[in-house]
Amino acid sequence: MELNFTGTDICAINGTRSPAEAFYDVVVVGAGPSGIAAALEAKQAGASVLLVDENPVSGALMGNDVPLYFGGRMTAATQNSERMLEAVFMSMPALELAMEAGVELLLGVTAWGVYRNGPGVQSLPEQVVGLADAKRSWLVGFGRIILATGARDLALSFPGWNQPGVMGAAALQMLLIRYSAFAGHRVLILGSHDLALETALLAIEHGVEVAGLVEVRPTPQGSGELVSKLAAAGIFVRCGTAIALAQAGINGIEAATLTSGEIIACDTICTAVGLIPSIELVDAMHGPLELDGQRGGYVPRGEANVSAVGLCAGLAGSGFDHVQYRMDWVRTLAEVCSPETIICQCEEVTRADLLGVQPPNYLARPPAMCARSLGTLLHDGPANQDQIKRLTRAGMGVCQGRRCRDQVAMLLALEAGQPFGTIPLASHRAPVRPLPMKILADWNEPAEMEAAWDVWFGIPTQWVPVEDVGTPYEDAHRAMLYTGMYE
Amino acid sequence: MSGSEVVIVGGGVTGLSAGWWLARSGVKVTVLDKFIVGWEASGRNGGGASHYSSPLFDEEQRLWPQMDDLLGYPTEHQKERILIAMTERQWEQYRFVAQRHQRLAHPVEVLDVKQVQEAVPLAGDNCFGGVHYKFGGHANPQRSVQAYAWALQDLGGTILQHSPVTGFDTAGGRVTAVKTAETTYGCDAVVVAAGPQIPQLMAQLGIDVPLAAARAEMIITEPAPMMPLGGVDGHKLYGRQTMRGNLAYGGGPHEWVDMDEGGPAARPSTPLARNLARRLAELLPKAAHLNVIRSWAGLIENSPDGRPIIDRLTSPDNVVVASMSSVGFGLSPASGHAIRDLVIDGKCSFADIDILKLSRFAGLGSDWRERRGWMPIA
Repeated sequence: MELNFTGTDICAINGTRSPAEAFYDVVVVGAGPSGIAAALEAKQAGASVLLVDENPVSGALMGNDVPLYFGGRMTAATQNSERMLEAVFMSMPALELAMEAGVELLLGVTAWGVYRNGPGVQSLPEQVVGLADAKRSWLVGFGRIILATGARDLALSFPGWNQPGVMGAAALQMLLIRYSAFAGHRVLILGSHDLALETALLAIEHGVEVAGLVEVRPTPQGSGELVSKLAAAGIFVRCGTAIALAQAGINGIEAATLTSGEIIACDTICTAVGLIPSIELVDAMHGPLELDGQRGGYVPRGEANVSAVGLCAGLAGSGFDHVQYRMDWVRTLAEVCSPETIICQCEEVTRADLLGVQPPNYLARPPAMCARSLGTLLHDGPANQDQIKRLTRAGMGVCQGRRCRDQVAMLLALEAGQPFGTIPLASHRAPVRPLPMKILADWNEPAEMEAAWDVWFGIPTQWVPVEDVGTPYEDAHRAMLYTGMYE
Repeated sequence: MSGSEVVIVGGGVTGLSAGWWLARSGVKVTVLDKFIVGWEASGRNGGGASHYSSPLFDEEQRLWPQMDDLLGYPTEHQKERILIAMTERQWEQYRFVAQRHQRLAHPVEVLDVKQVQEAVPLAGDNCFGGVHYKFGGHANPQRSVQAYAWALQDLGGTILQHSPVTGFDTAGGRVTAVKTAETTYGCDAVVVAAGPQIPQLMAQLGIDVPLAAARAEMIITEPAPMMPLGGVDGHKLYGRQTMRGNLAYGGGPHEWVDMDEGGPAARPSTPLARNLARRLAELLPKAAHLNVIRSWAGLIENSPDGRPIIDRLTSPDNVVVASMSSVGFGLSPASGHAIRDLVIDGKCSFADIDILKLSRFAGLGSDWRERRGWMPIA
């Protein structure tokens, strides 16, 4: 059978891609204080600048704890996108300054992927960032990209943590400050480092009652000044105890039971044990990362055209080892909570099944399967969280691992008896925000894309049935199916 | 061969299946993998198991329904497939394939739009019709690869991960050992099933194996309601609904790449995810509102004619080379059996696989990639 030696592969990607819709010298992702400052600085230096921020995010995404751990404690106002757009814009007076300076501002626009040529890909006409709003997605070319994506919450699992009303500190702050849309009234705060103390003070400032703070370590961990401020308001840190159970009714959380036996009435439990730099875009583009416990975990190392500012670049170092602190929390909760506690909410994976590397419940577990565990997997060599994710499904759900990735990594490290970071963190993949298929879709692709599109490689001989080779059917098959045919 | 030692280079699905088959025959098997089993194309593919163009087809069909029991671990194998035509041209092509199956007495049924929607409720009125294959199916690649690995271990085989092979020892026209940086593994026979790295490895034995690597991409959605039939292809897409409900789909243009010495270091996905999302939204319009939650890419190798290379060499005469030429996952139960037969008996017991011999590329010339147009973008 002759092969096609024309020197051209009509099904290769070459020259088929959609062009970017616009180009900016600098694109800044995230319009918090550091993002605005970076955008202004670039603009003042003469660059064309696009500043995008995903807030206000849609109510549907918030319901899935994307991008922050909202825990279902948003008011119905978050369903009104125009009202939220106004609230977000008004909450940041500096946005107006940036616009006046000539920065192009897009609110409610998410950056879901950054793409560039490098090892394994040379087919992109230029480096681009993928953007999307509530209607469509598009690509924007850039000279330099500045990530000011902030930090997200470390979620912690305990019985009842999947009930409405268990949320994170970053989400609570976002709802209080930028959305004015927090639905809770009385909040119990987990943690006592500065994040927890500041969140408690902010809540009070916004008229939210604070039931107290809970700390697994024997003493409050944050600034003495903040602890005194709270004490003056009659709010205390319960030390040397952890949450054992969150009780919920029809409207979500109603009370928390501590390991000390104390029961505290509250409608919100705010996990304020740690912030994690939002490195999704950097990781998804295979940018270099490093683990720094004092800066909150994995942080971007930075590159010439890709930089990070604000919390995305790492928490301010203060000599406090955040990773060790979180490990203390996770260890304590693992000790006091049942192995049947759900770790991955999306996929309903329990801690027992995670550490047993067991498949989801819809699959059979024959004896050989039951005999497997993280221990047997470690016997084969260093473990990898992505491998365990694929087997257990922990981290494979619609929240894209936001709620469980980090605590899964810590649980695996504890079970393996290895320091955090020895087992690589599960990878982030584009789109780094869940995006409806019809919005992600490229409805304006060039004709070249369709012309090159084949179900597989477009090699006609690959799919001629072996019985037909050398018969008249072979030519008929090739004529009918070349190109663009499955199997 | 019972009691002898076989070293398998490459812990992908083909190497692991071969190792499992050999272990079932009492052979002492060691699988060496540069990283983690199934980490490359074997663990990131469409999971299809319906390869009627292959000489291994009958064996593939015979084995898949038994694999969970044979391996002792779940593979998520599900039976049957449907091809949905979204254009007049596709409708013509798919019915051509249906006729071909009827000629060979493979059970197929041509479906009208209503019948398509009964089997595939996420399909819309925008299709022309479909072809229901009452054979074939799909499985979970990641779970299946691990199942082979564990089953192989349960039979006494050894899997050594993070152990890239650096070379071979030869004596008297045979490979006597396989080497990694730290260790030399003596052997009676070798299977080289290292995917896109086969050419580099075989070059050390003075054997040219014409294979070129390319990147392909897939997207995956959040779970959709379970459909009666999850193996849904068409509109020049391949994929499946997983048993969890997610839609995992691929297709479209590929990019030829050069291999790094240590194998595929980077597997970046690209905005091709948008073109995939568009076609999937057209194929399954009632799922168009579902979130895409991941995309990924993998590197796969192809031979010049796109057919596998499964061959036992004449010199050295104890080496079997096996590349499935980008279509390895579904055929793995059968390819492993064929490799086992070549290692132990020198001949495949259940099919004529002469068409897969390496010798068909003799005299091809070292510039075949250029002539084929399979070069990386400069």
